[in-house]
Amino acid sequence: MPVQTAAPRIEVKASTPAPTTDGGSAKVAVRDLDFFYGRVQALHSISLEIPERIVMAFIGPSGCGKSTFLRTLNRMNDVIPATRVGGQVLLDNHDIYAPATDVVELRRRVGMVFQKSNPFPKSIFDNVAYGLRINKVTSSGSELAGRVEQALKDAALWNEVKDRLKTSALSLSGGQQQRLCIARALAIRPEVLLMDEPASALDPIATSKIEELIFDLKKQYTIVIVTHNMQQAARVSDTTAFFLLGKLIEVNSTEKMFTAPNEKLTEDYITGRFG
Amino acid sequence: MDTHRHLDDELSSLRDRVLLLGGEAEQALERAMYSLSERDSDVARQVLDHDDQIDHLEVEIDRQCIDIIALRQPAARDLRFVISVAKMAPVLERIADHACNIARAAIDLNNEPELKSLLDVSRMSEHALKMLRAALDSFTSSDAITAREIIKSDSEINDLYNHTFHRLIELMVTEPATATRDARLLFVAKHLERIGDYVTDICELTVYMAEAAFIKHSIKL
Repeated sequence: MPVQTAAPRIEVKASTPAPTTDGGSAKVAVRDLDFFYGRVQALHSISLEIPERIVMAFIGPSGCGKSTFLRTLNRMNDVIPATRVGGQVLLDNHDIYAPATDVVELRRRVGMVFQKSNPFPKSIFDNVAYGLRINKVTSSGSELAGRVEQALKDAALWNEVKDRLKTSALSLSGGQQQRLCIARALAIRPEVLLMDEPASALDPIATSKIEELIFDLKKQYTIVIVTHNMQQAARVSDTTAFFLLGKLIEVNSTEKMFTAPNEKLTEDYITGRFG
Repeated sequence: MDTHRHLDDELSSLRDRVLLLGGEAEQALERAMYSLSERDSDVARQVLDHDDQIDHLEVEIDRQCIDIIALRQPAARDLRFVISVAKMAPVLERIADHACNIARAAIDLNNEPELKSLLDVSRMSEHALKMLRAALDSFTSSDAITAREIIKSDSEINDLYNHTFHRLIELMVTEPATATRDARLLFVAKHLERIGDYVTDICELTVYMAEAAFIKHSIKL
């Protein structure tokens, strides 16, 4: 039975496609994406391009659909019952919702870091090695150790944990746990890293470390970050997308977005005059 | 939302302060020129005495802009407004400084016989004051169209300056006895010409505030 839902009453211009960095094809391209939780339409015809090796921030009020949209980029919403997707999400021009897609491989290529750090109750080493082991990525212990070390270095955590790799990950501070989760995601060498409010539970120092890490990681990865902290979006991202009531209102360079956005709704939101 | 109402209040207070500073600069110029044309050195001395208050107001605006940026982190039009005010306040203070220089020249010239060429300088000051008032109005109403027109009208004050310059040089040659006074008056004319340039700066900031467009030095970004 077709799902009928009333669209939120927002008058906006058509979604602005994100500029690609070199005029080439986008790493991720989303075309007319709709998403439904049962009968409720959470996303409305989202079209957006994410160029390779940039940081794109998603901003918007709670419930605007930015996290839902983030999760459509590696099919994390598949695990939620009674959800439905329309439109396309292309990763390197291949539709990730095509029936032949290997979802495990997709999630290896498009890693994710969550709001709350979620280390396994295992050692620091085993947390990072986990994905490598279950994916049978390495055949030797020395290679495994090398990959773990590299991931911890990439996550700017190695110097803090190199002498206690066998201790429980749960003994780390909140900020360290979050960087451990990033290391775990990096260990399987993703191409895109999705971060859902990765620093929202951290203090300013730990937040600063995560932000510096994001800045370094964009040299190798395409990063998409959902954040409620607009200053964080301004600090870390190259491009920002603003969502409202399941619609993409504006995509623009972060500099333009925070100094002279095109849409009045965006301006009202970022100047705190929304509603 | 309370936080945003606080920001609105602070922006409103900042707008009031910069307009007050603009009014003070305008009044300083008006009074300095009055002291020259009416040969009233007491008024000139009042302009000089009042300059400290103008300097103080500029510093207050500076501090308020820094506080808003640090504590409220304004974005978009709010950010453009605060940045424009932060850059406009020293411009207005400089206009008041030029008014003080004119007042000093008036005190010297008022002790000497009156010059015929004063009329040209008065025309320049009328135009400069008209530009300044219009610039402050266009800033208040975020009127970039008027601001652009005012920028164009700066050429008139430049033309008046060139005319005055040649006239005063001619007088220095034909009537050497007035040369010292002519030179002083030439400085007054130069101050007025510079005030025209400062008004142009104010208008460029208004265009930036209203349209996020950089038109300074004819550079478009």
